[in-house]
Amino acid sequence: MRNVIIVGSGPAGYTAAIYAARANLEPLLIASSVTAGGELMNTTEVENFPGFPEGIQGPELMQKMLEQAEKFGTEVLYDDVTELELTGEVKKVRTGNGQEFEAKAVILATGSAYRKLGVEGEERLSGFGVSWCATCDGFFFREKEIAVIGGGDSAMEEALFLTKFASKVTIVHRRDSLRASKIMQDRALANEKIEFAWNSEVAAIHGDPQVSKITLRDTITGQERDLAVEGVFVAIGFDPRVDLVKDQLALTPTGEIAVEGRSSRTSLPGVFAAGDVIDPTYRQAVTAAASGTVAAIDVEHYLASVNDTAAAHQFGVSNV
Amino acid sequence: MSEFVSAVTDATFNEEVLQSDIPVLVDFWATWCGPCVQVAPVLEAIAEEHQGKIKIVKLNVDENMDTAMAYKITSIPALKVFQNGEVVHASVGAKPKQILEQELAAFLG
Repeated sequence: MRNVIIVGSGPAGYTAAIYAARANLEPLLIASSVTAGGELMNTTEVENFPGFPEGIQGPELMQKMLEQAEKFGTEVLYDDVTELELTGEVKKVRTGNGQEFEAKAVILATGSAYRKLGVEGEERLSGFGVSWCATCDGFFFREKEIAVIGGGDSAMEEALFLTKFASKVTIVHRRDSLRASKIMQDRALANEKIEFAWNSEVAAIHGDPQVSKITLRDTITGQERDLAVEGVFVAIGFDPRVDLVKDQLALTPTGEIAVEGRSSRTSLPGVFAAGDVIDPTYRQAVTAAASGTVAAIDVEHYLASVNDTAAAHQFGVSNV
Repeated sequence: MSEFVSAVTDATFNEEVLQSDIPVLVDFWATWCGPCVQVAPVLEAIAEEHQGKIKIVKLNVDENMDTAMAYKITSIPALKVFQNGEVVHASVGAKPKQILEQELAAFLG
């Protein structure tokens, strides 16, 4: 049986692995088969990670975190967790390849997934003009008019990136002011290729076989209008990935895994959570990394206490 | 270059893909696309395990814009299966091996 299994390979998972490995816990990190590295694999320049004044590419940063985790003895498995049994003292983790692992503790660092708009045409036109990855797909919209949906930092970042290709980018936002950080707002507002559709939400996406227009609804008057675009980039936020654990662990009202105070302790002993899957607010590479640290240290304390208890039982001592 | 997945270009697309006797899965990809790089080893494994049933090739969209545009690629990785010169299956995004194998079951024999 292993000491600890870490599920997830973003900044939280890798950082938890670095700390757990340095504490000689020989962690197994299950990284996923095709999305190893997490959300930062889809970003370009990361400018706000301390220690990289020149900026660093997202995938490169994740590669370095992986190397650092492996350097201290983390075992990395490129497979997907399909089932978790967290209630007993021994935690069971099953993967897509049919392997089963057992551990005394588990750290869940499964992150979050893109939130969908939930409008007509979105599902059908995914990959045919509707995209969740500007860095992957921006290239195909050279000299085309496109829309970016959202008002946060990721929406601004996508819109700015897409101006390299598109002839015009319309940012569609439900309110009349942006949620994005000041520096990202200023850059977007100053960009000649970017226009704003304020107080607007997407009512439907049209086109066959490719996106040709979207219908926008005014959030105040309810009035609808069409906007001709060939691409729609959705950046309206993320939902924590809790599918595998939502029937076993307590969640917060907003759907994250609930943890005790500033710790990573979930509602079950031996089960810890870190990163975006517990964080509805900050959701940064650095805060996720810090959260991974907290989880690794909590695991260390937990393992020390269960090992003490085991030793005590062995010597017939009770009430420790 | 990988052993079981060869590269095709605008120039070789007709012969290698459209004229093929067996189904061909074309992976439209680019070096700057993270998910494309992530799904590459999965395709390599599928190609190796199903040799003779399906041919898997990759087309770099940066270097072969004509073919990418002809098939109206707007998201990558785009995986399209060609049979007798026609697209018979299309999928977008990096997906785990088990899921891709389910999607492609009809062509894997």
